[in-house]
Amino acid sequence: MTLVDLEDLALGEGGHLLVARGLATSPVIAVRGRDPALAADLPAWCRSLGHGLADLQRGAIVTATITRTTADRWVGAERAGAADPRAPGAIAATPPARWGLAARGALVEAGAPAFDFPLADRDAVWTDDAARLYAAAAAAQWDPATAIPWDARITHPPEVEDAVVQVMTYLVENETAALLVPARFLAQLHPHFREVMQLLAIQVADEARHIEVFTRRARLHRDALGTSAAAGQASLHTLVVEPDFATAAFLLSVLGEGSFLALLHFLRDHAPDPITRAVARLSAQDEARHVAFGLAHLARHVGIDPSLRGRLATAVERRHAALAHTTGLNADVFDALVLLAAGSWAPADLRRGHAAVVALAAEMDSGRQARLARLGFDASEAAALSSLHTRNFM
Amino acid sequence: MPRPAKPFVLGAVAYDAKVVTIWDGFRAFFERAGFPFDYVLYSNYEAQVEAHLRGELDVAWNSPLAWLETERAARQQGKQAHAIAMRDTDRDLTSVILVAVDDPAQTLADLRDRSIGVGASDSPQATLIPLEAIAATGLHPGEDLRVVRHDVLVGKHGDHIGGERDALRALVRGTVDAAAIIDVNHLAFQREGTIPLGSMRILAQTGTYDHCNMTVLGAPPDAPRFAELLFAMSYDDPQVRPLLDLEGLHQWLPGRTEGYALLAQAIDRFGTIADWLATQA
Repeated sequence: MTLVDLEDLALGEGGHLLVARGLATSPVIAVRGRDPALAADLPAWCRSLGHGLADLQRGAIVTATITRTTADRWVGAERAGAADPRAPGAIAATPPARWGLAARGALVEAGAPAFDFPLADRDAVWTDDAARLYAAAAAAQWDPATAIPWDARITHPPEVEDAVVQVMTYLVENETAALLVPARFLAQLHPHFREVMQLLAIQVADEARHIEVFTRRARLHRDALGTSAAAGQASLHTLVVEPDFATAAFLLSVLGEGSFLALLHFLRDHAPDPITRAVARLSAQDEARHVAFGLAHLARHVGIDPSLRGRLATAVERRHAALAHTTGLNADVFDALVLLAAGSWAPADLRRGHAAVVALAAEMDSGRQARLARLGFDASEAAALSSLHTRNFM
Repeated sequence: MPRPAKPFVLGAVAYDAKVVTIWDGFRAFFERAGFPFDYVLYSNYEAQVEAHLRGELDVAWNSPLAWLETERAARQQGKQAHAIAMRDTDRDLTSVILVAVDDPAQTLADLRDRSIGVGASDSPQATLIPLEAIAATGLHPGEDLRVVRHDVLVGKHGDHIGGERDALRALVRGTVDAAAIIDVNHLAFQREGTIPLGSMRILAQTGTYDHCNMTVLGAPPDAPRFAELLFAMSYDDPQVRPLLDLEGLHQWLPGRTEGYALLAQAIDRFGTIADWLATQA
């Protein structure tokens, strides 16, 4: 029989670990020890855990025989996939609700409460790219306080500054939608899809930072922000209320943020001051990852279920119809973009600014068509769907 | 709403909010087994015992003191009480009397003219049985030594741990010379830090005694089925395990009554339930 000698260690100061270690390997063990409380503590400890105790000898040296309980908490426990997503069977097709918040790869006791995670279908949410994109996002986090030259001098005319403020106001509104949509799905996603969960979380954090820097840029020289048009909010409303993960990801990341990427590149190249250019450049880096993730999991999903393509196309048409009665992009925003790119009121500059905005619209359109092609839409379908995309850009 | 059949009704004392979770869980377990079951909660054991004697309950989940109250009052009324089930953890408990590690006392008799912190006045484990152990040495608690009660939730027979913790804190502060607690709390209080490491020693340990039981009066027709379902509860069943964890057991065992002898001696010596018993004639 295995003998566990506690020497003078009390059960209440860690001695129970030695006894438990003995019982883990032998169903019956002998225990001895010199702690004066052992004769009281050992029977109480055994009783509380269901272990049997016999032959208790009191005295300067206490001895007893302990028989392991037959009560086993881990009967029926399940291994929740594997931590390494590349291991065989690591990612369950439909992880059960009872796995709850357990780490992927943990041994989960039976009887845990069923959590409500409606997004629990691997085909709908998973992409093998998630881990790589998350790592890239974590490595690319930037500090708004130091990454942007907030003290740089502004030399452009006051009306151009007004235009910058208007564009920033518009960006904050749109980035708020881009924060809320992944946040909503994040709360619905089964944590078994850990890398996707992390990626959505960092996407939300990215948008929080964008909202911060756009607001700070707007308030740099102005107390009041620009306008928020009903049509713009109508467009964003259709995004925020979209209940389907694939459809929302398609409308937001592939079409909306894809178009925004072009807008941010436009600001990076045409903004009249280095602060705005830096804000746009850094935000564009993040948005590019958001687009890449949307494309990655939708491409996988479409590969598994080609009928998804039809549903996505229908969603674009439905949204177009819902927004048909609205005017699309806030006119103040369009004008502000022209003036911002012009940098002055000189007619030649305005012509150049206007041309840049028209080129931006064309670039957005070709970008959307290219991404639609990645999802398997043919050229004519892609052209038609891109043309139906909201005039609000997002 | 129509009810399918008259349920088997259990009485329990609400010593903690978790009691609702426990008996709701048991109710669901019995319903799954096709055994209509319900429960009534009381704020104190005397109210539960009296309701049981009035025939309002089929079974009562009794503290050891409530068992003796039921058994004796029933006898007065020409009825007979039976303990039909108990937890594995209700058997062979002891209490310990602690003193500071450097206290000169070597035996309970050395507590003469000193003081002891105990739990609630009706706690078998933290008051009645330890004081009985002291009285058995010839000391008269309250006369030969000062008894400091920590009356947390009187009427709940010490089910609430607060009285024991307060008694121990009084010992840690030095306002009493000794403190009485149930054996398993000696470990629990070390774990939670109420007993600073190495600061206390066990002066004495009481004899063994049993704790709660499921009590019936006479022979309710559904009692055997009720007990059979309790005995069938398995720790391996993930639906049942959380209930057993909450109620602090691994399996239900048949009831036995020889383990209440120490408590019976104590209440006979101290007259603990005499006044109450006189009202139940």
